[in-house]
Amino acid sequence: MQTEVIMSGFGGQGLMMIGKLLAYAGLEEGKEVTWLPSYGPEMRGGTANCTVVVGDRPIGSPLISSPKAAVVMNQPSLEKFAPTLKKNGILVINSSMIPINSDRDDLRSFRIKANDIAAELGNRRSANLVMLGAYIGMEEAVTHETILKAIEKTFEKKPQFVEVNCKTFMEGYELAKAGKSDD
Amino acid sequence: MAKVLMKGCEAIGEAAVRAGCRNFFGYPITPQTEVPEYLAKRLPEVGGLFVQAESEVAAINMLYGAAGVGKRVLTSSSSPGISLMAEGVSYIATCHLPVVLVNIVRAGPGLGGILPAQSDYLQATKGHGHGDYKLVVLAPSSVQEAVDLMYEAFDLADHYLTPVMVMGDGMIGQMMEPVEIPPMRDLDDLPAKPWAITGAKGRKPNIVNSLYLSEVACNANNWKMKEKYDEIVKREKRSETYGCDGEKLDVLIVAYGTMARICNTAMAEVVASDKQKRIGLFRPITLWPYPYEALAKEAEKAKQILVVEMSTGQMVEDVQLAVLGSRPIDFYGLTGGLVPSPDDVADKLRKILT
Repeated sequence: MQTEVIMSGFGGQGLMMIGKLLAYAGLEEGKEVTWLPSYGPEMRGGTANCTVVVGDRPIGSPLISSPKAAVVMNQPSLEKFAPTLKKNGILVINSSMIPINSDRDDLRSFRIKANDIAAELGNRRSANLVMLGAYIGMEEAVTHETILKAIEKTFEKKPQFVEVNCKTFMEGYELAKAGKSDD
Repeated sequence: MAKVLMKGCEAIGEAAVRAGCRNFFGYPITPQTEVPEYLAKRLPEVGGLFVQAESEVAAINMLYGAAGVGKRVLTSSSSPGISLMAEGVSYIATCHLPVVLVNIVRAGPGLGGILPAQSDYLQATKGHGHGDYKLVVLAPSSVQEAVDLMYEAFDLADHYLTPVMVMGDGMIGQMMEPVEIPPMRDLDDLPAKPWAITGAKGRKPNIVNSLYLSEVACNANNWKMKEKYDEIVKREKRSETYGCDGEKLDVLIVAYGTMARICNTAMAEVVASDKQKRIGLFRPITLWPYPYEALAKEAEKAKQILVVEMSTGQMVEDVQLAVLGSRPIDFYGLTGGLVPSPDDVADKLRKILT
């Protein structure tokens, strides 16, 4: 089994961070992982993304041209990556910022108001964790328990954020598990 | 030891520290700046020295000095910076000094771009600076291999008294993968360097010099270097194969570094959709000395060869030298920071196979 996900959004939305959390969790579970960031010359407001591959066997290409899943936090990312997804691929859309859907009908799309949920739960900056939660709710590339552990470890030095980050992650996870897409 | 998740550049820095390197001189350039960034913090922790030089030209001459006094020393740069260092590396090689260079290759020529490329192959393997010298060139295809080769690069450099380059593309530098970091070398166990300039108290002075005004002495030193290179050619060639176990292959892919992994995935994709097809992959790990004989042996099984690179085909001539016209050689490559995807390579393979 190999899962491949592209996480994409504006620079600053925290896509690299949730990609790393997924990679840490994969390592924690003894899996093979690669985390590859986009590092092109970007302007302010530009799009940043990373590709995370988690698998049971050594990973060939860390670069994925047609991924099995995409987590998109802004509209340019949806427009760029939705067309590249594999058939029956997973698409997690931040509906707080993206009014449109992909026009593909062969995807498993899930819409979630990540920014609104994060703000309601007390930390506007953890919208990325709502998105990660929704992705793990759709496809357990790693278990949600391991992600919670990875959050605790990553925010070791900022313990005041651990609880709210775990909470926002779990909110996304449970909404996706329950199939409550914001359609 | 448990594995940790590290970015290639940082893992390279840590591997150097573990290998007993306590001196780094360099200048920032994307996509390898995380190497100096990491070492700026890490080296002082272990009593080491980190200097951000005023330029690459200055940095390589600092390496020259540090190696001359017998210290394990590293620099790291990316393509245009490596070009600037060429003169200094030529001096260092002439003086039989061990240094380790990292080149995290970016798109060229010129100032090029900051994205991954493999377009410094010819520079690294055939020339670099002026004169009759060679660089040992190691090409990792994963963060773990980058760590392992870095660790070994210092031993190779000390053993042969020659500069060694670890060459990766931007993906090796920027990617995170789980790695097992090797143990810390005891500095007291590092090879003795009786030739180093350490103050001539009680002995005859050692001289480190690359200026030979006597043509006879210059000629002699060049042949002394050649002898060393012949020894390296004899002993240090390394490569790996994938899917080459059978007796016959429809296509043998030749690729190195990250490109080899991408080809591996492409190969699996094509074989999965057509089980009749037999595709193998040959991955040189030492780009100099090039594993000609090992490649020739695998090529005998293959109807044809496909070289894949992030360049316009710089490695093709080494593949030609390996197979000596016995097999047709096709090439696929992208440059400028474009990375051939597994799908791109699979399409090319299908075209060849029909």
